[in-house]
Amino acid sequence: MKRILALFPIAIAGILGAFLLWGLNPDRDPNEIPSVLISQPVPEFDLPPVERLGTPGLSRAELAGNDGSAPIVVNVFASWCVPCRAEHAVLTRMVREDGIRLMGINYKDKPRDARNWLSDLGNPYERVGSDLDGRAGIEWGISGVPETFVIDGAGTVVFRFVGPVLGDEAIGKLRTALEQARANRSGETS
Amino acid sequence: MIPEIGQFALTLALAVSLVQSVLPLLGTARDNVVWMKSATATSVLLTGLVGLAFGALMWSFVISDFTVLNVASNSHSQKPMLFKVAATWGSHEGSLLLWVLILVIFGLGVSLLARNIPLALKARTLAVQAWICAGFLSFMLFTSNPFERVFPAPLDGNDLNPLLQDIGLALHPPFLYLGYVGFSIVFSFAVAALIEGRVDPAWARWVRPWTLAAWVFLTLGIVLGSWWAYYELGWGGWWFWDPVENVSFMPWLAGTALFHSAIVTEKRDSFKSWTILLAVLTFSLSLLGTFVVRSGLLTSVHAFSVDPERGIYILVLLGIAIGGSLTLFAVRAPEMEGGGLFAPISREAGLLINNLLLATATATVLFGTLYPLLLEAVTGEKISVGPPYYNASFVPIMLVLVMVMAVGPLLSWKRADLRGVLARLKWVAGLSLLAALAVWYLDTGGPVLAVVSIALAVWLLGSVATEWAGRIKLGEVPLAESLRRARNLPRSHYGMVVAHAGLAVCIIGFVGSSAWKSEVVIFAEPGTELEIAGFDVRFEGVEQVRGPNYLSRMATLTVSRNGTFVSTLNPERRAYPVAGSSTTESAIRTTLAGDLYASIQEPAAESEQNRWTLRILYEPLVVWIWIGSGLLALGGVLSLSDRRLRVGAPRKRTGRAPAPVVAE
Repeated sequence: MKRILALFPIAIAGILGAFLLWGLNPDRDPNEIPSVLISQPVPEFDLPPVERLGTPGLSRAELAGNDGSAPIVVNVFASWCVPCRAEHAVLTRMVREDGIRLMGINYKDKPRDARNWLSDLGNPYERVGSDLDGRAGIEWGISGVPETFVIDGAGTVVFRFVGPVLGDEAIGKLRTALEQARANRSGETS
Repeated sequence: MIPEIGQFALTLALAVSLVQSVLPLLGTARDNVVWMKSATATSVLLTGLVGLAFGALMWSFVISDFTVLNVASNSHSQKPMLFKVAATWGSHEGSLLLWVLILVIFGLGVSLLARNIPLALKARTLAVQAWICAGFLSFMLFTSNPFERVFPAPLDGNDLNPLLQDIGLALHPPFLYLGYVGFSIVFSFAVAALIEGRVDPAWARWVRPWTLAAWVFLTLGIVLGSWWAYYELGWGGWWFWDPVENVSFMPWLAGTALFHSAIVTEKRDSFKSWTILLAVLTFSLSLLGTFVVRSGLLTSVHAFSVDPERGIYILVLLGIAIGGSLTLFAVRAPEMEGGGLFAPISREAGLLINNLLLATATATVLFGTLYPLLLEAVTGEKISVGPPYYNASFVPIMLVLVMVMAVGPLLSWKRADLRGVLARLKWVAGLSLLAALAVWYLDTGGPVLAVVSIALAVWLLGSVATEWAGRIKLGEVPLAESLRRARNLPRSHYGMVVAHAGLAVCIIGFVGSSAWKSEVVIFAEPGTELEIAGFDVRFEGVEQVRGPNYLSRMATLTVSRNGTFVSTLNPERRAYPVAGSSTTESAIRTTLAGDLYASIQEPAAESEQNRWTLRILYEPLVVWIWIGSGLLALGGVLSLSDRRLRVGAPRKRTGRAPAPVVAE
């Protein structure tokens, strides 16, 4: 018995080691998360508004087939997520400065917390869907919060960004994606 | 020239460490005293060589020798001297050199300070230490040479990440490494004991001071890092459960368990294989931390540059060190048990619960840290684990720990009278109930966790005081007698008292700053006023200030309360043109009751030059965290200064009359 117990630590260390070795695969970049959604239409989802927030909810209908209008940025956020806080100022500035259309998915968050958060920091979102049980999060295939998607005029997902949109590089990527989304639309109409 | 000397010293050091890895062990096998003693000479030499290399690298930074790649990419001629020096360990290569330097200094410490350790144990310990050293020296020389030259040399350097140009962070890595790497010596002791197949109370007595020393440094290192995150990142939090924070926290938890279980091994000759296992695991977790931070395995804000080749190399080192020691453990541990028996209610049992809880807490953090990787490997799904997980798993374990921790020191060895102990604590229980009610009354609707935690903090403080008062018989004997008893209590006992009280103080800080924090974020123009936690804050405006290698825009905030002036806060945004990035310098007014914390962000748009994003937080009791952590470290130092730890052989109980010093 004792002998078997004494083997325990090495066994666990071995298993962990195998996982770590797998994790070192050079093709794997924990920051770069591919999405099956890219170039696909927006997934099916329908989220109610955050209770008593006063901002309408969000569903597929608002994102798909918004022909003729500007691309939409969908941001997944939560009040318990620290990086979201940092990112919030950047997104607010982009709404203000670039005039982007920003919609939010409030992920696994208590409505009260979400309301407080938005009233403290300001609410840059045109619409906010409350994803209490994380169901829409699964549809969108998010890996955590924050995440940001760009949807073009035809309702196609053109870009996904994992983690907070912070720093010139990240903001640059988002802007490029928005440009691309605009180009998609003009390409179709001409 | 200087960098080449450094490089040469490193290469020689590798050779010396290889000699030290083998010769003392051969000495123990053949009973050759000279070979065994060679470890002392080689560790002096090794320290000299690695010290020389470190000095050479530091010199290159001091004189801004941009022909050295490491200097060019991490320094700048205009940088203040302090940060030029600190940049020595600001990069992956440099910090690795610091890591090895500390490793050899601890080896030197054992070879010079530990005079009364049996020669064979000492020789084996130093040999194991040399294995680790050889592993990391070769890692450095083959994959991350700090002295690599660059041609043509750039005119000026790239500058260190401005976030890292800060006094808190300049000191954070050395302390953290002193902690991390300090556990290496405990690991070496454990492996040496496994090779010998013998663990006795004397072994535990030799190991305990080293564990404590490493633990004190690690405590300070973690706190410095946390303090830095608090005032430099501008978010107002002090702990984010980021993987890199977690990997420094796990060895701390395991180390805490280790020196508690070493007490049992020392005093009661029991928990032997468990103590050995903890010694191995504590350093293994330190190694895991080094690996995670340097391999880019997990997403984090402060990982070093990623290089898979390096990751593989460290993983192989890890496999040898951890795999080897645990295999040895599996072979030797079953024969090691024995020692004192104890009743289910006793000091031993208390420490056993302490260890079980700490081990579970460590496992919880380990699981949370690696879960995203495990899940990704199994299902391909990628997730991140955030504070809700730790609040639901780690915090409750710690609360139970605190509850038990209050009772533990009052229990006697072998068999204790729980009823009697609880009777002594009834006033404390009443007091903590009162505290809970008071908190609940003041903050109805607040988190239940806050109420429970405050009650537990009071419970812990009260029981620590009760235990101390009982030890000196306060109130039972004349005051002069009590004072004499207080003077005669061993320092290690005071260490325990101070450290346990420190944790209680910390808890009050944790709760205050997370449960009752208030925050206001607004767009402010000169003249904007706001109110937070009873303070009136007025935004006066922003002016430009030029620093040595940055341009600062400094805001002026006037704080008043009920019309009386309280203080002025000057949060800044600093732009570093060379590094091409900016940092937030928050302004904090600290009092025991709470911190008023202000930070600013650039105007939201060019057209709105005067509208700054102003964030003001009131974080109640946050300073208690720093005080409490200071007490934790002080407790460790007090315990270290106990002469029983410095005097070697277990002292026989002498027939001295006055107040037999009760073992704690």
